Amino acid sequence: MANIISDETIDYVGILAKLDLSAEEKEQAKKDMGRMLDYIDKLNELDVSGVEPMSHVFPVHNVFREDVVTNGDDRENMLANAPEQKQGQYQVPKTV
Amino acid sequence: MAKQYETVIGLEVHVELATKTKIFCGCSTEFGGEPNTHTCPVCTGMPGSLPVLNKQVVEYAMAVGLATNCEITRYCKFDRKNYFYPDNPQNYQISQLYLPICRNGYVEIETPDGPKKIGIHEIHMEEDAGKLIHDDWEDCSLVDFNRSGVPLIEIVSEPDMRSADEVIAYLEKLRLLIQYLGASDCKLNEGSMRADVNLSVREAGSETFGTRTETKNLNSFKAIARAIANEQERQIDLLEAGEQVIQETRRWDDNKEYSYAMRSKEDAQDYRYFPEPDLVPISISEEWLEQVKAAQPEFRDAKRARYVAELGIPEYDADILTASKKMADIFEAVVALGKKPKEVSNWLMVETMRLLKDNNMEPEDLSFSPEHLAALITLIEEHTINRTVAKEVFEQIFREDVDPVAYVEEKGLKMDSNADELQAVIARILEENPQSVADYRAGKQKAIGFLVGQTMRATQGKANPGMVNQILIKMLNQ
Amino acid sequence: MKINHMTAVELGKAIKAGKVTAADAVNAFYDRIGLVEQDINSYVTVIDRETALRKAEEIQAGIENGTLTGPLAGVPVAIKDNMCTAGVKTTCSSKILYNFEPTYTATAVEKLERAGAVIIGKTNMDEFAMGSTTETSYFGETKNPWNPAHVPGGSSGGSCAAVAAEECAYALGSDTGGSIRQPSSFCGVTGIKPTYGTVSRYGLIAYGSSLDQIGPVSKDVTDAATILEIIAGYDPKDSTSVKREDYDFTAALTEDVQGMKIGIPRDYFGEGLNPEVKAAVLQVANVLKEKGAVVEEFDLGLVEYAIPAYYVIASAEASSNLERFDGVKYGYRTENYNGLHDMYKKTRSEGFGAEVKRRIMLGSFVLSSGYYDAYYLRALRTKALIKQAFDAAFAKYDIILGPAAPTTAPKLGESLADPIQMYLGDIYTISVNLAGLPGMTVPCGIDSKGLPIGAQLIGNCFEEKKLIRAAYTFEQTRTYQRPAMAEEGVD
Repeated sequence: MANIISDETIDYVGILAKLDLSAEEKEQAKKDMGRMLDYIDKLNELDVSGVEPMSHVFPVHNVFREDVVTNGDDRENMLANAPEQKQGQYQVPKTV
Repeated sequence: MAKQYETVIGLEVHVELATKTKIFCGCSTEFGGEPNTHTCPVCTGMPGSLPVLNKQVVEYAMAVGLATNCEITRYCKFDRKNYFYPDNPQNYQISQLYLPICRNGYVEIETPDGPKKIGIHEIHMEEDAGKLIHDDWEDCSLVDFNRSGVPLIEIVSEPDMRSADEVIAYLEKLRLLIQYLGASDCKLNEGSMRADVNLSVREAGSETFGTRTETKNLNSFKAIARAIANEQERQIDLLEAGEQVIQETRRWDDNKEYSYAMRSKEDAQDYRYFPEPDLVPISISEEWLEQVKAAQPEFRDAKRARYVAELGIPEYDADILTASKKMADIFEAVVALGKKPKEVSNWLMVETMRLLKDNNMEPEDLSFSPEHLAALITLIEEHTINRTVAKEVFEQIFREDVDPVAYVEEKGLKMDSNADELQAVIARILEENPQSVADYRAGKQKAIGFLVGQTMRATQGKANPGMVNQILIKMLNQ
Repeated sequence: MKINHMTAVELGKAIKAGKVTAADAVNAFYDRIGLVEQDINSYVTVIDRETALRKAEEIQAGIENGTLTGPLAGVPVAIKDNMCTAGVKTTCSSKILYNFEPTYTATAVEKLERAGAVIIGKTNMDEFAMGSTTETSYFGETKNPWNPAHVPGGSSGGSCAAVAAEECAYALGSDTGGSIRQPSSFCGVTGIKPTYGTVSRYGLIAYGSSLDQIGPVSKDVTDAATILEIIAGYDPKDSTSVKREDYDFTAALTEDVQGMKIGIPRDYFGEGLNPEVKAAVLQVANVLKEKGAVVEEFDLGLVEYAIPAYYVIASAEASSNLERFDGVKYGYRTENYNGLHDMYKKTRSEGFGAEVKRRIMLGSFVLSSGYYDAYYLRALRTKALIKQAFDAAFAKYDIILGPAAPTTAPKLGESLADPIQMYLGDIYTISVNLAGLPGMTVPCGIDSKGLPIGAQLIGNCFEEKKLIRAAYTFEQTRTYQRPAMAEEGVD
């Protein structure tokens, strides 16, 4: 395997992705990601110099809304999905 | 010998745009609604929802870019900035990194050494976050997404400022330009304009920059000045002690007058920007750009010159009137209603400024209608009320935007123009003040002033001063 | 004819002609679900029969008073569980959304409802559409109606199995890398992945936003074209929605391939392709040739680069799209936690399955500081080259014909052990998503194990009609084959 994924990398990606992996999962993740990156490295065989990165397939641009209020209040329905709510707000663990 | 240090400051200024709706959905941006009542699937990050860009946001951003001498990026895009926080409903913010809408501009500020250009690195469009309220009783935080998705532009300056004074001058200049554009009300205390200060210090004469910190949570010009003073001192102290400045984000606590690092092992500060796949690029045609250019308003310099040249306003007054868009708007509206420019200017320059100061308000907070000031001036012109009463009425207009005609009527403030009644009052005053009468008749013309004052007091100021004078002279000469 | 055996269009006609009522149709499919669902597990949620019957009566009234005139009015449909349905649980087959009830309905589903569809349930899928077998569902795997020891394919396995098992008249699926076309092939049904931007993504819970498209799953080409005609359309709520010139897909339901140029990419028929699949797909070419098409082999190129480019792009987008699942606004939140970040991590670690986590980790990594250019931008450049390769092909050919998958449906439990091996199974479908092209699967045979084989037709952007014309022409030479289990049971 050409790509060796370190514990630090897996921990770092865990912080970015907000995933807490068990020791076992970490080992598996290191293997999986290493293999995937080996496979992805195949892309290096291609000469892509001078090729513009393509995010959108079609050259569509300028899709806009007019600045007009269209939405009403649907708070009760939306909050019904919240795991915890209080006084019309989404309740979360203290952030400060 | 102590080393000399130079402070280098760059600013990231966030401005909430004055659109009716949010940047990516049709929710109202209005302030003060009950929590989460201005939300929808898009601005609360419901699964499956998609953003659609508000055209007005692009036009405001272009207008600000033009007003700050920027190049407008003719083909620009949005990117996602990924980070987890509860006020960020998708846990990514839609912003612009790779192709911001404006670049390479500047604004000119006045400094003791003359005019100075402060470079603008870029202006980009992005969405605001929601609001977090901390509940100390239950040891939790509550999220309100009413502000989530309110459009922002972020104006990133070059590190061109060297003092708090320059920073404030730059901010005031930006604020005025944006207010003139109507793109935002730019209130620091309400958060519609927010400035983050990037600051580093270096030995005087050094060509390289020192390590900078970013200070957030600055809600007034005073806080900005204090935070700058504090941070430059902190950095110099570190360097003097042989320590290093750490590149970090710090939060200013204006009550305690100190800042602290916002560090957390959970914040990797790696935003994994990539092009927003749910939005298409923006292509700005020559024609569109010309339209926005043509719609640019008359800015301060032009307005000031016009007030002097066309309206006969003294330069000093014109300067103050145009220092706030709101003030200039009121001035022009009252003049447009047919009132004499100088008279209107006096009301704004004297009474309005005094009341603003007394109430600790900014000109942008003015909320009275120009029609009411015009009506007040008419009442004076028609001798319905005198100036003393008019000032009183104006206070009511200033505070509650009352209709002066109705107010004067209701409170019985009309000038007493009934000559018979006035004559009776004056007769009594003359009787009560024989010494003054004698003085006047002996040739002391000044004594009449005292008698006028007594009459006005007796009529609770409602008497028409001209008429009082006339009757007094007549009776004294009898 | 049994109601369950009818195609959607046949059933719509029967209802309009007064031969059956919308309620009869609903009852027939609920009875069928009662009989076979325990063996197949096509659905995550079956809407209760009473609700569906009330809806059917409403629609029946609309048909009778002439307000509902569409071809599918009164016909029961199943929706993949990644499309939002107001008030009906929408889970993406994930624990993290186990109880989520959207407040709004996806545009494509809304269009069906306006056309008089009766939604009877939400179909099972690979969790967040990440997988090729429907085995990564939190709600248990779906089984292939042709042989319950085999997978139905994925990620729209529930939709394809439900159609094959006749638990609904037709279904909607979504396709990010082959998720309609591959399970259609494995289940012996017809599916279309439309040109990117043809069907609104509003309300489709995103996996890879630049690749996702909703499309029909049906028993035949006529149904597929009819459904597509209803769900397609420009949507101002989806900025990537495209204003097309033609939406009259049913106009292409003609038996005519005279002079149509069909390219057979040699790269799709090499190593790794099961010989039985190969033979069946080449037979399709022969049939079309007999009908007047010009068939030619050619080299498409870059085929082996599509999968790595896809996994970089799709995983990167997914890592971002799935950040919103954090236990704050909806869905699952962990029971015990210590502070905000612990809540985030536990919620997500417990709420997502292994394959989803694998892709989130990969996606976060390729976007992270220092790797963006090497992985993400390189993948986007590769995507541009793949698009160019297709452009060159479509300069010469009207359509491209190949297999939808290298094999027929594998056995349950065989695929997940080796993710890369599983990813390789998407080799013929993935590049179509990268290039935004339309692709279509039509059943073309049964292998020696008794499992269906599908052929894939690929068209240039906005040329679904050519695909439909070729597929329809081919379809005239055979009859619909249903799995044995669909022959049995109640009506």
